[in-house]
Amino acid sequence: MRTLFKTSYAFDINHLVDPGERARVGLLILLALGLPLLLSDYALSETMMFLCYAVAGLGLMVLTGFTGQVSFGHAAFLGIGGYAHTWFLMQGVPFLLSLPLAGLVAGAVGALLGRAASKMHGFYLAIATLAFAILMETVFGAAEPLTGGHMGIEVPPIALFGHVVESAWQSYYLYLAVLLFLVWGVANMNRSPSGRAMIALRDSETSAQSLGVNIARGKIVAFFISTFITGIAGALMAHQLMYLSPETFGLNESLKLLLMIVVGGLGTISGAIIGAVFVSFLPNAIEVLRGVLPAGIGEQVGLEPFLFGAIIAGFIIFEPDGLYGRWRKFRLFLETYPYYKRASAVRQKRYLKTGRFR
Amino acid sequence: MSTLSVRNISVAFGGNKALSDVSFDVGPGQIFAIIGPNGAGKSTIFNAVSRIYDVATGSISFGSHDILALAPHQVVATGIARTFQNIELFDNATVLQNLLVGCHSRMSRNMLADFLFLPSVRRGELAARHRVEEILDLLDLQHLRGERVADLPYGARKNVELARALCADPKLLLLDEPASGLNPEETTDMAFWLKDIKEELGVTILMVEHDMNLVGRTADRVLALANGRVVAEGTIAEVQANPDVQAAYLGVTA
Ligand SMILES: Nc1ncnc2c1ncn2[C@@H]1O[C@H](COP(=O)(O)OP(=O)(O)OP(=O)(O)O)[C@@H](O)[C@H]1O
Ligand SMILES: [Mg+2]
Repeated sequence: MRTLFKTSYAFDINHLVDPGERARVGLLILLALGLPLLLSDYALSETMMFLCYAVAGLGLMVLTGFTGQVSFGHAAFLGIGGYAHTWFLMQGVPFLLSLPLAGLVAGAVGALLGRAASKMHGFYLAIATLAFAILMETVFGAAEPLTGGHMGIEVPPIALFGHVVESAWQSYYLYLAVLLFLVWGVANMNRSPSGRAMIALRDSETSAQSLGVNIARGKIVAFFISTFITGIAGALMAHQLMYLSPETFGLNESLKLLLMIVVGGLGTISGAIIGAVFVSFLPNAIEVLRGVLPAGIGEQVGLEPFLFGAIIAGFIIFEPDGLYGRWRKFRLFLETYPYYKRASAVRQKRYLKTGRFR
Repeated sequence: MSTLSVRNISVAFGGNKALSDVSFDVGPGQIFAIIGPNGAGKSTIFNAVSRIYDVATGSISFGSHDILALAPHQVVATGIARTFQNIELFDNATVLQNLLVGCHSRMSRNMLADFLFLPSVRRGELAARHRVEEILDLLDLQHLRGERVADLPYGARKNVELARALCADPKLLLLDEPASGLNPEETTDMAFWLKDIKEELGVTILMVEHDMNLVGRTADRVLALANGRVVAEGTIAEVQANPDVQAAYLGVTA
């Protein structure tokens, strides 16, 4: 195993100090930059959908992965971001202003929800967010003047500095830039007090509080950041969908977001990205599956949500660290070969927790 | 220098009176131990001071601060840090991250500045890390700094929790059974550290402890509690000689 010698505090503060990790991330970014040369316009637009999901997953990761607050209704914030962005664009607000504004609208609603939910835990929070999502779907349908109701609404094209962006590669780079910026921001939070407060809340509210973390405020901040990012994802996604209707942001979509971060690996930024890769290709895989399965099963309408649910349950039971966790174990195996033992990656429980406060 | 003064506090859970009319003072620079049989209400005193439990009557002040007027997260800013009987660490974070949360109360935090990692945030981080390194050195934890807490053995966790409380730069440290679950060798280390913390850092220590050996070696004053009431207070010899204390431990109603 390689050992990294640390010679200054900066080693603990800077991003990507491990040369191997830096190389891997660098390669991935290079690959992402080169994709427009390699892919057809159709494949590129599929990839842009993946970028949207990666941003949305990053948002949910902040709330569920880092702060430990589960949300069964995050698609509602995709919707709020998407509709707000569309509305701003139709009012003539330029794209580059409308995008953060849409994020702020989603973030403001999210902060309100966070305030209401700041005393809830686990099960109750899950129900509250679920109810919120159902409510929002109804609101999207009912607020016809703003959202076009169930008839749907057309999303204006992206225009930068007065010019409509026509080629796919231009908007692809725009999306990629947004994702990279937000990933950088979330990584920054993780190395500063706000992000650590979130992790503290996730692992022990009692001691976080005794060290000066304001629980209610911390949760509101987490909700805000999370829904801000998810709102931006919704705005980007709106352009890919081209047409918004309330059903797009239903429970299925919320489940998909949750599936993404659980499968990718809770509690890491990489988990959100890997999960997005998985989710983006899952529908294609399900399509293939439909063809293979006997007609009675293959043509069932509920096949997709069923598979989503089954995969979430499977990962929670068998691979709680997600795909990213699997990859880390695989790397540990390579680095320590032939000394690796199964136990190396097993979390060691040497004491029993009793009588915790919560 | 500040004195913790607890005056006539009572805490009840439904009909169960966990504390009745408890008063004591912890003067600056002391190591003050609270002893008593299981369920006596020792941890409840700590939880009342950290505002996790509400008191029914009485008052608690530290220096010029009225503790009962504060929200739980504001207590640490008055200079009171604590550990927990059942170890409340951030299990899925590294030792370093745990200790940095310990510095939380003394760091400025601004969501936007943190998101953009402005130079002011970097400066704050460097200062906090400086503090953390000092504590890591003091408690001999350097080799664990990058470990995930969930992977540490029990004894190491106890030390990490102590270190995390010290990172808050407290004037008063509340330690709930610092030696429970430690082997004799680790307990001896703990006794030395407690003295170091008192003498080198000038921190007052209020601790709950069952290990009379540790109490005897370190504590300046001892308070004995039974059934939520103060039974005796004084030096260890005085308290141990008190017939009421012996009765309380043997389960005889005095
Ligand atoms: N959150 C709570 N809800 C209800 N009763 C409680 C609670 N916390 C403590 N008690 C009760 O208050 C009494 C004192 O408890 P406390 O934890 O302070 O005891 P202790 O002296 O710390 O004991 P130990 O040595 O076992 O730690 C006990 O009877 C306990 O059952
Ligand atoms: Mg106790």
